[in-house]
Amino acid sequence: MRIERRPHRPLSLIVLSPIIAIAAALAVSGGLIAIAGANPFVAYGLILRGAFGSILGFTEMLTRATPLILTGLAAAVAFRAKVWNIGGEGQFYIGAIAVAAFASGSWIAGWPPVLVIPMAMAAGAIAGMAMLLVPLGLRLKFGVDEVVTSLLLNFVALLFVSMMIEGPLRDPLAFGWPSSVPVVDAATLPKLIERTRVHIGLIVAIGLAFAIYFIQARTVFGLQSRAAGLNAPAARFAGVPWVRTLVIVACMSGGLAGLAGAIEVMGVRGYVASDLSPGYGYSGIIVAMLANLHPIGVIAAALFAAIMFVGSDSMSRALGIPSYIADVTVALSLLTMLVSLFFTQYRIVR
Amino acid sequence: MTQTPVLELIGISKRFGDTQANDDISISLDKGEVVALLGENGAGKTTLMSILFGHYTPDSGVVKVAGVELPQGKPRAAINAGVGMVHQHFSLSANLTVLENVMTGTERLFRLGSNTRAGRKKLMEISERFGLKVDPDARVGDLSVGEQQRVEILKALYNDAQILILDEPTAVLTNIEAEKLYATLREMAAKGLSLIFISHKLHEVLAAADRVVVLRGGKAVAERKAKDTDRAELAELMVGRRVARPVREASTPGAVVLSARGVSVGTKLTDLDFELRAGEMLGIIGVSGNGQTTLAHLVSGLVAPDDGTFEVFGEPVTRASVTAMIEKGVGRIPEDRNAEGAIGDMTIWENAVLERVFSSRFSKAGLVDRQAARTFSSQLVERFDVRGGDPDKRIRLLSGGNMQKLILGRNLMDDPKILIAAQPTRGLDEGAIAAVHARILQARKAGAAVLLISEDLDEVISLADRIQAIAGGRLSPPVDADKADPRQLGLMMAGDWDDVEPAHAH
Repeated sequence: MRIERRPHRPLSLIVLSPIIAIAAALAVSGGLIAIAGANPFVAYGLILRGAFGSILGFTEMLTRATPLILTGLAAAVAFRAKVWNIGGEGQFYIGAIAVAAFASGSWIAGWPPVLVIPMAMAAGAIAGMAMLLVPLGLRLKFGVDEVVTSLLLNFVALLFVSMMIEGPLRDPLAFGWPSSVPVVDAATLPKLIERTRVHIGLIVAIGLAFAIYFIQARTVFGLQSRAAGLNAPAARFAGVPWVRTLVIVACMSGGLAGLAGAIEVMGVRGYVASDLSPGYGYSGIIVAMLANLHPIGVIAAALFAAIMFVGSDSMSRALGIPSYIADVTVALSLLTMLVSLFFTQYRIVR
Repeated sequence: MTQTPVLELIGISKRFGDTQANDDISISLDKGEVVALLGENGAGKTTLMSILFGHYTPDSGVVKVAGVELPQGKPRAAINAGVGMVHQHFSLSANLTVLENVMTGTERLFRLGSNTRAGRKKLMEISERFGLKVDPDARVGDLSVGEQQRVEILKALYNDAQILILDEPTAVLTNIEAEKLYATLREMAAKGLSLIFISHKLHEVLAAADRVVVLRGGKAVAERKAKDTDRAELAELMVGRRVARPVREASTPGAVVLSARGVSVGTKLTDLDFELRAGEMLGIIGVSGNGQTTLAHLVSGLVAPDDGTFEVFGEPVTRASVTAMIEKGVGRIPEDRNAEGAIGDMTIWENAVLERVFSSRFSKAGLVDRQAARTFSSQLVERFDVRGGDPDKRIRLLSGGNMQKLILGRNLMDDPKILIAAQPTRGLDEGAIAAVHARILQARKAGAAVLLISEDLDEVISLADRIQAIAGGRLSPPVDADKADPRQLGLMMAGDWDDVEPAHAH
């Protein structure tokens, strides 16, 4: 038995690969559920019911999917151009704290939301951009691998956020629980459905996914950034402004992750605390990989992850299986996706 | 001859999908003989050798070593029977020493320590016996390509190979290294080894082999003794029809369009002087690694001169800009088409327009005009005869020759005033070489100034009007191609040009 490169990659395989990957991940974690003493089919049924069975569950799932779409896009955009941004989590928190700093003062309270909301979102996005431009600059100038620097900056970002919410931005009314001052009402995102948590950030995220699809598929910049990612020497030979392209890609990627943090504060929490993100930045990488880096696919992959996260909470209450099984399944799906991507390029021959 | 051949391939056939890669091929090899397997890319040479070595199992046919049939599909059996293979792409670890590389795989996995003393002794004996000098303690990564190949050969010999198979052994070597390799092969054959080497280069099969087997379309179409044949016959057998490389006609050069005076770039290029006129071709000949890459990058707009005056159409170039060069009408064929010329996973149309996508012809307001781009690439495919050139197909699927035609085409479609052709026929087969040469000559005839950077002496002599040699990052004075003889050019390539009488400007 040997492994051999496929002469060409059939489209059907590329489309099927995430579905097969998810099925395989579900099968493996089904085994774990069985070991924990429950029927996996019942458990998965409960997960689906948790995510779709009630308005509350469904809107909660969409609320969860919103930041995942944005961090997923952040990773997908960067990976396409071979900018390995592993720092989505840090950019998320920096975007969040930037909004808390910008949109919490009394000076802004009287402004109209039409002005404050875009400005606050921009503040979060710019903070996220800055956070990724540092590792990219180090790579372009000194050849430092951005996988390492962007990953390590996550911890710097988290510590910086803790410092801010225990220091300058601390909410004096929070009874000793470290959290930032809340953002003003004018910066709060309108709800999509009353008395739920789902907010217009979802529309923004989906809109951005389509916008990025359009940029990648139709614009000169999209063509050039894809060229830069696939073959840097050839792109440079063809006159692609390589450094500029990577900088713009990094701004898009960091900006999206920062925006995710900003939107989570403005739409859901209202303030920053150190438990704002259950790993949205890292899950975004998985979402991007499951989507095969396709921006529209990111929406679907983010929904899958959100279904698992939200559904497993209610499944866990019913069956007593820890809801961590959702993390296991999503993480497994990254591994199975990598295997399945491998088999879109290679095949086994006897 | 009555003795049993050391190796026999009998009636080998192998089919991949719709392609009959090998069709009933029989070949035999005697002790002490060098046989060349000649054929164009895709003729089935590599498939045949992979079957022999057990990488593939044939659909039918048998392989016999010294009269004994080899089990199919078992490389280990082939090695044990004394067959060694030297691949075109080396399988060496750059961070291990020569000795470590050679010994890898020869000892059992679960033993404590490695018997390097015995290994070293055996390696030195072999290297002595076949005149393959190496330092066993040198790190392979520090060796030149030629030396690495020697290590690869030693590795096969260390496994007690009696039959050596070399896949395109000179593809990565400079002319001088290749000459040395032929001598080594002859030497090894004289010492009793039997060799098969795969090649598509006519001169090298004539220089190194006793017998030539020509493959075409998966069939062994002819077999000749090297001393009874010549290049013309082999070329015809290999391609299946008469191919003649085109030769330049006289032309009257126009104004100077490209010139360098005292140009230096880093430590790679020093004090260059050259001049290129419209309608003429200047050939830069040299052994690879003497600054050609940087020279090609300079004229392609990827690097700027650090010193001296470099002028394009009389305007000095001070900073590197690819787009500026393209806008001025400079066509550029990169030295390495896979690394710089094409992006394998992008489509043919994307590759066709990538370097001109900024122009209003292919984009409006930042949006790619796909219609215009597709039309352009269909015309290109049609005009330059790019086989299999569906605009929406990924360019990776094209053969080397067709990819090169596409790269040529995207530069020649707009009748460039200057054409930079760096190693334009490297790795191409006879048919494709003739096509590429014809296109370049056509551009010259249409009034383009052509800068041809090449390692192939025949190519430069038959195409260029004037020739300058590059050695150690310096350029010799130009000589007229009509008056140049290969011996003099050989000296110039070695950096010896003090006695050269420069050609006077026209």
